[in-house]
Order: sequence, then structure tokens, then C-alpha cells
Amino acid sequence: MLGATRPTAWDFPLFLHVLGAMILVGGLVVAVGMQFFAWRRRDPADVAAFSRGAFWALLTVALPGWIVMRAGGEWIRSKEGWSSPDPGWLGIGYLTADAGFLVLLVTLLLAGLGVRQLRRSGGGSSILGRIATPLATILLIMYLVAVWAMTTKPD
Amino acid sequence: MSLYDWLLFLHVLSAFTLVAAEVLFTFLIAALWKRDLPSDIARVSGISRLGNVLVGVGSVGVLILGIALAFEADSYAIWDPWIVAAIVLWLAFAELGRRTGKAYDAAGARARALVNEGRDEPNPELGALFRSRAGLGFHLASVAALVLLLLDMIFKPGA
Repeated sequence: MLGATRPTAWDFPLFLHVLGAMILVGGLVVAVGMQFFAWRRRDPADVAAFSRGAFWALLTVALPGWIVMRAGGEWIRSKEGWSSPDPGWLGIGYLTADAGFLVLLVTLLLAGLGVRQLRRSGGGSSILGRIATPLATILLIMYLVAVWAMTTKPD
Repeated sequence: MSLYDWLLFLHVLSAFTLVAAEVLFTFLIAALWKRDLPSDIARVSGISRLGNVLVGVGSVGVLILGIALAFEADSYAIWDPWIVAAIVLWLAFAELGRRTGKAYDAAGARARALVNEGRDEPNPELGALFRSRAGLGFHLASVAALVLLLLDMIFKPGA
């Protein structure tokens, strides 16, 4: 029941924006879940498999989701034609999307380096991969705040 | 925040939870598609349980909060065509999800049994069970039902 009153021409950009956001959050949930299991397991094969899974979820799900979400968001903004300054909820959306992108790239880099470190050491744990876990969790919380701002549209 | 705002936020949050579960299941199916080793498939049983929790919370939340929204908002009625369509799609999604779970749970149980028996070597029978056309078909159909639900929520046909 999104967006009760809006022209129908905004529907498709909104669909892309919401779909991208859902895929992005889904990718982050997968990555955080995998990283959580990598933290808990002792078997080197398990740690490596879950760390690799977290990295690939960020790269193949969360990152494309962010691109679709951001492109859809910009498209619908161009149709809505907000006059400056933007309303508060839109500012929250931009802040979480753009700052979140930088955090996503750093998380992706650390997760990838962590996987490489694990492969070279033949198991154990990777400090880089472990740093990526709280970052991905923070990112997930940031995007949930964005969902709140986008749906309730506070002034 | 008004009651409507809270209901809408929690309804959308439930939808995000539901999609996160579907993303998780899709990711696991894709990641394990070429694997025949029982330990590879058994390993993900914990994380697939997380998916089951997410799909349960998300699907119940979406339905209950959606119905509450239909009664709370003056501009909607429960018999609006797009809301009826959403309820039908939700029922279809629930049944498809149940059948998908049945197919993949059988593969997971077989993998865990093989690991417990100490037979952790490539097993074509397990691979065939995991790659069953029925399981994949039900999963893809459940993803399609979810996308249709999102389209219905945004385009609101007949509103």
C-alpha cells in the first residue's frame, strides 16, 4: 500500500526503486547471516564457505540492488520535481543511500580481502572479514532507517 | 507518527523481510546448484532456518498489517480489486513456498544423514534431489508471485 496518492507515471520508477531497495536489503541480510555463521564456526572449511558466501552476496546481490534502488530513486525524483530544499525524509534517503554506498564498498573490499586472506592461510579466521561483519550490520540498520523515512515521510 | 504511519511502516518492513528470505533462498539454491558434496548442502541448514523464520514473520506481518491498513485507511476498502488480488497472490505464494520448502528440506535432510553416516563424498543422487525441476519450479513461481504482489501494491489496478 505504498504511495496512496501519486500520478500513475511515477509507478514504474517507484517499482524499480522499491524492488532495488528490497534486493539491496536482502543481499545485506544474506551477507550478515553468512558472516555471523562464519564467526560462530570453528571448522576452517565452514568459515571459508560462509565468508565466501558473504562476499558474493554483497557483490552479486547487494551492489546491483543499490544501483537499481538509486537509479529508480533519481528517476522518480526527476518526475516529482521537488523544489529546493528537499523535504527532510528525502534528505534522509539521500544520506543513507550515498553514505551507505561508501560503507558498502568498504565492506565489500574488506570481505573480499578477508576471503583471499583465508584462502592463503588455509583456514582459521580473517580479521578483515571480521571487520566487515559490523559494517554490514550498520549498513542494514541504516537502510532500515531509510525504509522508515521513505514510508512515513517525516517533515 | 499516526497509527496509519506505524501500520504502513511495519507492513513495508514485513515486505522487506519476506523479500530478504526469498533472496536468501535464491542465493543458496544458486550457490549450491553444482554441488554434490553432502557437507556443502548440510552446512547451510542453519542459515536456511534463518530464511524460514524471515519468511514466516514477513508473510504473516504483510498479510495482517495489510488487512489492518485496508480498514484503517478511508481511501481503501478490503474488497478493492487490487487488495483482493494481493490476498489471492499471498495465498498462492504461501502454497508455492510450502512446496518449495518440502522439496529442498528433503535434500537437506538427506545431506545431513549422509554426513552423519560419514559418507561425505560426491553423491549424484543427492545432487539430483537438490536440482529437482519441481523444487526449482516452485521456487521460481514463488519469486514471480512476490514480484506480482509488489507490482500490485504499487500500480493498484482498479483503484
